[in-house]
Amino acid sequence: MEDITKKRYINGKPKLRRFHQAKWDEPIIFELSTEGERGILVPEVEDEVKNEVGDVLATIPKGVQRKQPPKLPELSQPQVLRHYVRLSQETLGTDLNIDVGQGTCTMKYSPKVNEYLARMPQMAEIHPLQDEETVQGILEVMYKFEQILKEISGMDQFSLQPGAGSAAIYANASIIRAYHENQGEANRRDEIITTIFSHPSNAACAKTAGFKIVTLNPSEEGYPDIEALKAAVSERTAGLMITNPEDTGIFNPEIEEFLRIVHEAGGLCSYDQANANGILCITRARDAGFDLCHFNLHKTFSAPHGCGGPAVGAIGVTKELAKFLPVPVVEFDGDKYHLNYDRPQSIGKVRAFYGVAPVVLKAYAWVMSLGAKGLKEVAEIAVLNNNYLLKKMLEIPGVSVPYAKGKHRIEQVRYSWEKLMRDTGVHSEEIGLRAADFGVHYWTSHHPWIVPEPCTLEPTESYSKSELDEYIEILKHVSKEAYKKPELVKTAPHNSTIHKIHHAPLDNPLQWAITWRAYCKKRRKTRANNVYDGDY
Amino acid sequence: MSKKKPIVYPYVPNSVVTVKNKMLKEVGVKSVEDFFENIPKKLKLKKNMKLPKPFLSEYSLRKHIEEILSKNKTCQEYLNFLGAGCWQHYVPAVCDEVNQRGEFLTAYAGEPYDDHGRFQALFEYASMMGELLNMDVVNIPTYDGLQATATSIRMASRITGRSEVLVSRTISSDKLSKIRDYCKPKITIKLLDHDSKTGQLDLNSLNLGISSKTAAIYFENPSYLGFIEAHGNEISKIAHDHGTISIVGVDPISLGILAPPIEYGADIVCGDIQPLGMHMQFGGGHAGFIATRDEEKYVMEYPSRLFGITPTSVEGEYGFGDVAFKRTSFALREGGKEFVGTATALWGITAGVYLALMGPQGMRDIGKGIMQRSHYAILQLSKIRSIKCPVFQSTHFKEFVVNFDGTNKTVAEINKALLKRKIFGGKELTNEFPELGNSALYCVTEIHTKNDIDRLVDALREVVE
Repeated sequence: MEDITKKRYINGKPKLRRFHQAKWDEPIIFELSTEGERGILVPEVEDEVKNEVGDVLATIPKGVQRKQPPKLPELSQPQVLRHYVRLSQETLGTDLNIDVGQGTCTMKYSPKVNEYLARMPQMAEIHPLQDEETVQGILEVMYKFEQILKEISGMDQFSLQPGAGSAAIYANASIIRAYHENQGEANRRDEIITTIFSHPSNAACAKTAGFKIVTLNPSEEGYPDIEALKAAVSERTAGLMITNPEDTGIFNPEIEEFLRIVHEAGGLCSYDQANANGILCITRARDAGFDLCHFNLHKTFSAPHGCGGPAVGAIGVTKELAKFLPVPVVEFDGDKYHLNYDRPQSIGKVRAFYGVAPVVLKAYAWVMSLGAKGLKEVAEIAVLNNNYLLKKMLEIPGVSVPYAKGKHRIEQVRYSWEKLMRDTGVHSEEIGLRAADFGVHYWTSHHPWIVPEPCTLEPTESYSKSELDEYIEILKHVSKEAYKKPELVKTAPHNSTIHKIHHAPLDNPLQWAITWRAYCKKRRKTRANNVYDGDY
Repeated sequence: MSKKKPIVYPYVPNSVVTVKNKMLKEVGVKSVEDFFENIPKKLKLKKNMKLPKPFLSEYSLRKHIEEILSKNKTCQEYLNFLGAGCWQHYVPAVCDEVNQRGEFLTAYAGEPYDDHGRFQALFEYASMMGELLNMDVVNIPTYDGLQATATSIRMASRITGRSEVLVSRTISSDKLSKIRDYCKPKITIKLLDHDSKTGQLDLNSLNLGISSKTAAIYFENPSYLGFIEAHGNEISKIAHDHGTISIVGVDPISLGILAPPIEYGADIVCGDIQPLGMHMQFGGGHAGFIATRDEEKYVMEYPSRLFGITPTSVEGEYGFGDVAFKRTSFALREGGKEFVGTATALWGITAGVYLALMGPQGMRDIGKGIMQRSHYAILQLSKIRSIKCPVFQSTHFKEFVVNFDGTNKTVAEINKALLKRKIFGGKELTNEFPELGNSALYCVTEIHTKNDIDRLVDALREVVE
């Protein structure tokens, strides 16, 4: 028999995998239901209790009693487990794939020991309103982690309450609003300036907080021209909310001047550091002059992404703004840790209780496994990996990197497949679907696509050189296919759980189905009316 | 002094010096410093940060964290009667088994192809919540019940084009604080009174407060203070007579025995799914749901992602994708509805597992069992002469207010005394609801046995008499 291992790795260089995603053809859970089956039994009520209270259901006011039981599926426990384990197998987490294709999101390794710690009863089984004496451990973790973030950012005080990056941006926008209210300028200062390569939530959250949005576009260098900023600021400016490096991976070297201009106009400056992976221990928010910042603990600080949360967006501010932080804040009197609620100027509650404490615990454990030197190593290797990937990507036919030609990037790069699309008719999104056939995730980019046919790669520090080589090998192969057999790429995925989905019903109110019950109703209706039901 | 060997970090594969040098060479730079060419010298940190000394081995790290966590006392060691928005329910082992699967735990924003399982699991979560609520549209979960309520109110304001909202005064001060902050730019919040004897929403107050400017009325069932609101129908009718949207906050674990709010006229239903399979985690287990009818004017106002089922190019194959993606801030930045981003998807998947395990019978059993236990607790506590329990003369679900005015002791003193007996007493309400005097909110769930409740009653008797 032929020895295939020789073909898999040649001189340490990986070849393509003969990958196929798990395909269970798994029914919707309602289709697995058998009347009468039980997945779990609930604790029995003692007879004495039952007898003493009588028919409790009869005490429920009329009109509030449930008449029909909910039509939940009925399954035995092993069936429920198998169903979900199958669905998990049809999901491509960072634990499985070389997850460098979701640029801006820092898909790094989430250490298993931290997961173990966060699931200990001393973390999982504590109630947020317990007497402070009984939660000194978790308050200590929160307090100490805030001290760590203060050192990393140079800021004066933190809140760990917001539930993710967007919630953190919203909270910071709310603090900016509170600051101007306090100055008596809330009505006048109603504009937030951002850049098009900052995360969309900078614009969306500030808008939600009541501001008008002014968006700056980049110059050839990849960041906005100073003159564009000067033209944008006015007595209406409430603040600047930006990312740096921006989504392109380009660090704005004029950042200090940007902040000076906004400050001079009376605005505050907020730094979206959701992804600070490339600049940990390299440069700090406060040193550049920022008044506010935020870190995503599920990105830079290694907590897992959980299919999209739970998460924490830690916000840090200057001394001047500390009084506006969400309530409560953790304090230490040299002996005990306390929660301080007495903060009359606080913006109030942002998330239930104190935010997602187990995520803080994971982030704390991650930093404590690395220390200052280790964090710097993380940043340097993440940036090295990124520039290595950049070098290799530019060798692939059809790829280009707009802006700041010839310059290095920090932790990520926004690439363009514009040339490949012109040459072959294959779009960036289709390249991603074909890449999935080889077992990796790939993402285009945030909208709007200022960079045509974009993709954003961010390798973080978590992948070895040979893994980066494998990712490049895949994209190189897909590019070759696009030039030789574009149809193969355009009809991808071929090795996935499912085939090309029909998008039209998802945008059609008559057809979209957000729950199984809606799907069943609409399908019945379509069939009863004898109209074309090819889409169902 | 011998030169220390550089540390190879287990989480950082390319921290091996030879690999690092090889890669630098391939990129054509001398040092990693070259990559930071755009960062002005002045902004570069000149020295290492002052961070605590790391625990480099996994074992020493684990010891360090375990030592800190050992300072916490858990609700397994202590008998807990705290609720007030975070509730101790039993978490089935299968819930934990599924949410610690690395595939779910570490996935994020994959396409409907590489992450088909994630899409299906979340679609099924929404579908099972839909059955519990009798509603056709349920979002991918937002941060928590606080956010779900605040967003429901803003949705109602956009749908009606109105900017006043009436809110029942019996909601938690935390929720009210969140609503006020989140709705500040657009909406005026007015509080509605309640009957001081029963806690029930005061319909006169509603009739006086409502007008053609009212976007929505928000009330809860069961209320934050534990009683069941009996007049949902009347409240929704008054709302609808004024073109106002009826928003109801609901505890999903009550819905095996309590009517889904749509049956008494709710247009938007919201709440927190923490009771459905999430450990308390010091408040880290929360996730919010928003549900509506399947009407375009409602669907288009959701800021959250909505996953829909759709066919693929192969007959009989289920596919999934984003419904009406163009309404979101992902598509339109500030032009989208509020904002969307990472929230609490893993808790959504977990709640789906919980509902699949429980089924219709499980949800009925648990609802009934909770009521039997809480009613038993109320009965026993009401036998202690110096305390008043329940404060509100209404039917309660799992929480109820206990008043200690007749005991000469403050709630804080009583709770300290209970703590000595390894019991976490109810949440003090003195600051939140001064009109209730020296009161606390107690919570009883399916985890409490008769013995547990009797132990509380005996302890309280000892403390106050």
